[in-house]
Amino acid sequence: MSPWLHKQRNLLDFTLSSLSRRRGKTLGMMAVYTSIVFVLASVMLFSHAIRREAATVLAKSPEVLVQRMVAGRHDLIPARYLDAIKGVRGVQSAEGRLWGYLFDPAAAANYTLMVPTNPRIEPGKVVIGDGVVRARSADPGDLMSFRAHDGALVQFKVDKTISRDSALVSADLFLVAEEDFRRLFGIAPGLFTDLAISVRNPREVTKIAEKIDAALPDTRIILRDEILRTYESVFDWREGMLLVLLAGSILAFAIFSWEKASGLSAEERREIGILKAVGWETGDVIRLKMLEGMVVSLSAFLIGYLLAYLHVFHFGAGLFEPVLKGWAVLYPKYRLAPFVDELQVATLFFFTVFPYTIATVVPIWRAAIVDPDTVMR
Amino acid sequence: MIHLSDVRKAFNQGKPNEFWALKGIDLSVRAGKVTVFRGPSGSGKTTLLTLVGCLARPTTGRVRLRDRDISGLPERFLTDIRRSTFGFVFQQFNLLKGISAVENVMVPAYPLGRCRTELSARAHALMDSLDIGPKAHSNAEWLSGGEAQRVAIARALINDPEVVIADEPTANLDSERSKQFLGIVETLKASGKTVLMTSHDPLVCDTEVVDHVVSLRDGQLVDTR
Ligand SMILES: Nc1ncnc2c1ncn2[C@@H]1O[C@H](COP(=O)(O)OP(=O)(O)OP(=O)(O)O)[C@@H](O)[C@H]1O
Ligand SMILES: [Mg+2]
Repeated sequence: MSPWLHKQRNLLDFTLSSLSRRRGKTLGMMAVYTSIVFVLASVMLFSHAIRREAATVLAKSPEVLVQRMVAGRHDLIPARYLDAIKGVRGVQSAEGRLWGYLFDPAAAANYTLMVPTNPRIEPGKVVIGDGVVRARSADPGDLMSFRAHDGALVQFKVDKTISRDSALVSADLFLVAEEDFRRLFGIAPGLFTDLAISVRNPREVTKIAEKIDAALPDTRIILRDEILRTYESVFDWREGMLLVLLAGSILAFAIFSWEKASGLSAEERREIGILKAVGWETGDVIRLKMLEGMVVSLSAFLIGYLLAYLHVFHFGAGLFEPVLKGWAVLYPKYRLAPFVDELQVATLFFFTVFPYTIATVVPIWRAAIVDPDTVMR
Repeated sequence: MIHLSDVRKAFNQGKPNEFWALKGIDLSVRAGKVTVFRGPSGSGKTTLLTLVGCLARPTTGRVRLRDRDISGLPERFLTDIRRSTFGFVFQQFNLLKGISAVENVMVPAYPLGRCRTELSARAHALMDSLDIGPKAHSNAEWLSGGEAQRVAIARALINDPEVVIADEPTANLDSERSKQFLGIVETLKASGKTVLMTSHDPLVCDTEVVDHVVSLRDGQLVDTR
């Protein structure tokens, strides 16, 4: 090993024993620091994961949606509109969708009913999301019955439950066959909830939307990109609110750490004097203190981040679920798909580890340029 | 090996409480000898030691180490010289609290980048030779005065300096321990080290190992022998 390496190793060893000798101060500092990193990282991880979740969901949704509007309200759309749409140049395919909400008095929860086309569900069967599974404690093979629009009883046999790649959205799903859907709500054949359209060239989406709008004046056209933007802004807003709340605590932390780290006790001052008198250069002393700051802040960062990761991805972000998720009815518990963004980690790292290390070094700098002969007194 | 010519040291220079602790000292310290600075309290003994040991710079005058004028060198170079040439035993011993005795001994060597195992072997050997081997792993603040002093001596020797500087080494010791200390000084001298110390203690000034006694009063030399 080179002398340089030996020197670093010796300094690090000494740093660790210095820290352990001020155990109380070190641990207190670490605890506060860790919890700050924990909260910040939790917010970041959570909002990022949930946004990605939304994006995943939307990626599967159609590029263009057409709804019929009657008196300013969303109404059922007749199948003949499909022909008009298929006539527009650039439209690749168009199909009618059936979906809606069903209130289940037994569970006091709303389900999202949908009729998938691929694969189709057999009449009389239902495929349910795991939120529904939990709300009704239903297993495959069980029967669930609901009252249709006319009061008749409609029964479903649970076929299977949905494997979830996106828990947030699939939890309350209730997938049924077209016949059953129409019977439940009394919707005549030839009517759909809305129309899903895919286009040949994504760059022509707005053009095509304009053409459809011109051909079918009583419709409202919704683009996927718009939904994406709305989601983004909703999440941004919620996240922003949380961050504002956090800013207060971060500020408090900054003041606290400045005070803790920068206040040089007489004892520390004496130690620096001793180190200098026995032949340490000012640079060595500063390096030592910097290492101390780094050991504290780095371990706090790592522990805090790890805890945040567990909190968000294994314990469902229990602490601020209510704030960030808002409208959840059926999602008492779910797990986000783990996802870590490097840039995010770097940002958090920079704003926590860096300032603390500086805060420890500044006062030392002042102390370290004091003449070493003071220890002789 | 160390020569001082017309060295003066002022504290708080230019302020109302300006104080000249040393008022023109001419002095030579010979290599391999034991020199004692004596004088009443406040006469400037400690101040003189800090100048000789490169812990501080004189206000005016010159300090030469062998043929090199060190009075005007910047801090970095002084540190370098201090580390390689001098070992200090402070009056209050100034051990670092909370770490073991042997770690205290090794501290001056850390910036030199020596291998840790060799370093610790050397520290233990030094402590054994000073009869404090068994105390190597006790906490520094649990040591008795005499033990603490010997740990401080081991620390002063870890970088194998040519000159050992001790400020009032016997002030906190009873006469038995003081004799023990002088025994250590004798072995240091025998191994070729130059020893510089301050003392009020007649026991120290009149021992055989001491080659020179320099007497100070009010920042001036009054007598050398
Ligand atoms: N940093 C300082 N600022 C102001 N005055 C100082 C400073 N350091 C020392 N002095 C003064 O310089 C004088 C000489 O101090 P010094 O410590 O050298 O005395 P000493 O001979 O070692 O005394 P003692 O035997 O009590 O240790 C004293 O009067 C002291 O008050
Ligand atoms: Mg003194």
